[in-house]
Amino acid sequence: MIVVSEGPLKTTPLTAAHRALGGRMTPFGGYDMPVQYPLGILKEHLWTREHAGLFDVSHMGPSFLDLAAKSGDGEADHRALAAIVEPLVCGDIRGLKPGQIRYTLLMNAAGGVLDDLMIGRPAEPARQGGLYIVVNAGTKEGDFAALEAAVGDQARLTRADDGALIAVQGPQAIEVVEAILPGVAQQSFMTFTTRDFEGHALTVARCGYTGEDGFEILAPAAIGESIWNRLLADPRVRAIGLGARDSLRLEAGLPLYGHDLDETISPIEANLAFAVSKRRLKAADFPGAARLAREQSGGPARLRVGIRVLQGAPAREGAPIANAEGVTVGVVTSGGFAPSIGAPIAMGYAPPALGAAGTQLFVVVRGKPQPAEVVAMPFIPHRYFRNPAL
Amino acid sequence: MRFTKDHEWVDLVGDTATIGITAYAAEQLGDVVFVELPAAGKTVKVGEALAVVESVKAASDVYAPISGAVTAANSELADNPQTVNDAPEAGGWFVKIKISDPKQVEALMDIHAYNAFLGTL
Repeated sequence: MIVVSEGPLKTTPLTAAHRALGGRMTPFGGYDMPVQYPLGILKEHLWTREHAGLFDVSHMGPSFLDLAAKSGDGEADHRALAAIVEPLVCGDIRGLKPGQIRYTLLMNAAGGVLDDLMIGRPAEPARQGGLYIVVNAGTKEGDFAALEAAVGDQARLTRADDGALIAVQGPQAIEVVEAILPGVAQQSFMTFTTRDFEGHALTVARCGYTGEDGFEILAPAAIGESIWNRLLADPRVRAIGLGARDSLRLEAGLPLYGHDLDETISPIEANLAFAVSKRRLKAADFPGAARLAREQSGGPARLRVGIRVLQGAPAREGAPIANAEGVTVGVVTSGGFAPSIGAPIAMGYAPPALGAAGTQLFVVVRGKPQPAEVVAMPFIPHRYFRNPAL
Repeated sequence: MRFTKDHEWVDLVGDTATIGITAYAAEQLGDVVFVELPAAGKTVKVGEALAVVESVKAASDVYAPISGAVTAANSELADNPQTVNDAPEAGGWFVKIKISDPKQVEALMDIHAYNAFLGTL
């Protein structure tokens, strides 16, 4: 579940910049965040698909984990730190190549998902035995506490969520970022590097949450606004709020924690088997591994599916999913109007027997069954860049 | 034209009131992508759910500002919901309602009162 912190809303290093741009601010994950700018969600969404969108995602939880006692043997130090972290997640951390990032899931003993996160291994030889970890805003306090408890005094967690985390996404994002950080265009998708910007170290990850190519750049708070403004000065760039971020990730078929994923849903049910390491599953060396193995051989009870609403209103979170006979068989976990498709789409959980593309269903909106169809995700093809030379 | 605190407008001609949402409401909602309207013949009472307007982000209920019987719904909005943003107080109308008691409309805010109300928000 999304935990909204009590008390006054937190700000990011870019809060003043959002207000200056006319951003409509709303509480999100305990932070005062822009849901949209004067351009509006629809146009912000389409701009990102055609050009480059600039997003403040500083509410998220970037951090660095470092082995306390490094041997100096980079490979051995990486393996030692991976062995400490792997018991928390279902992914292959040991197998990360230098510079590589992997999407993985923080698991509970019941095989449910506590959070989805990114874990990266630094490229630099001197930084082996370290990991770059980015968790979700609403879950970060719990995640960081779980990490610290698991690593004890074997490793040190340094939170970087007081910094500016800036995403640049879209087909023109690479040229835009290359102009201020020469060399980044060579980076393959799902890799990260450390780059110098006017004497400050930036962590530049080629990844995102829109289905488009792009970067997420972690900068010290003091220079956050300067980088934001530098990027925004490029005519190909517009500031994009969290509203369009949500519709972009929905079209990309990417789950949102607290909605499409929670502590009762397994990665197999969530159709995220790619994030479950075969080695780890065979060794059953992470929480809930037995359930995942069972579901992978016998099939899960429910499956996250993509849905195209063929007629009627957008089906939003909580809308029942009914089979062709009108019997309720599942529920929508995210849904809305898809600007790049021009129609409503949704994702939700349904019996696996109804998971095949082309299956006819109904989504029930305000009591009315509306015809819908299961479609393959992503709804809009991903446009990630894999550098074959790397 | 008269207005409500829920940002609806009511334009009475004879005994038929045309109803829509104000420019302020349309701006606050953002891009309208779907409008659910009642069928002609439906009778509604003040405060009852009349329509649902959906933006990219959320669905919002529109409540009946007056009582009466729906005589027409704006079918243009089915294909072009964006009309609500483009011309909220003209082509973006929602429904026409035949009212039994025109005094209902007189009780609503006039443009000066509505503008003053917007100033307090």
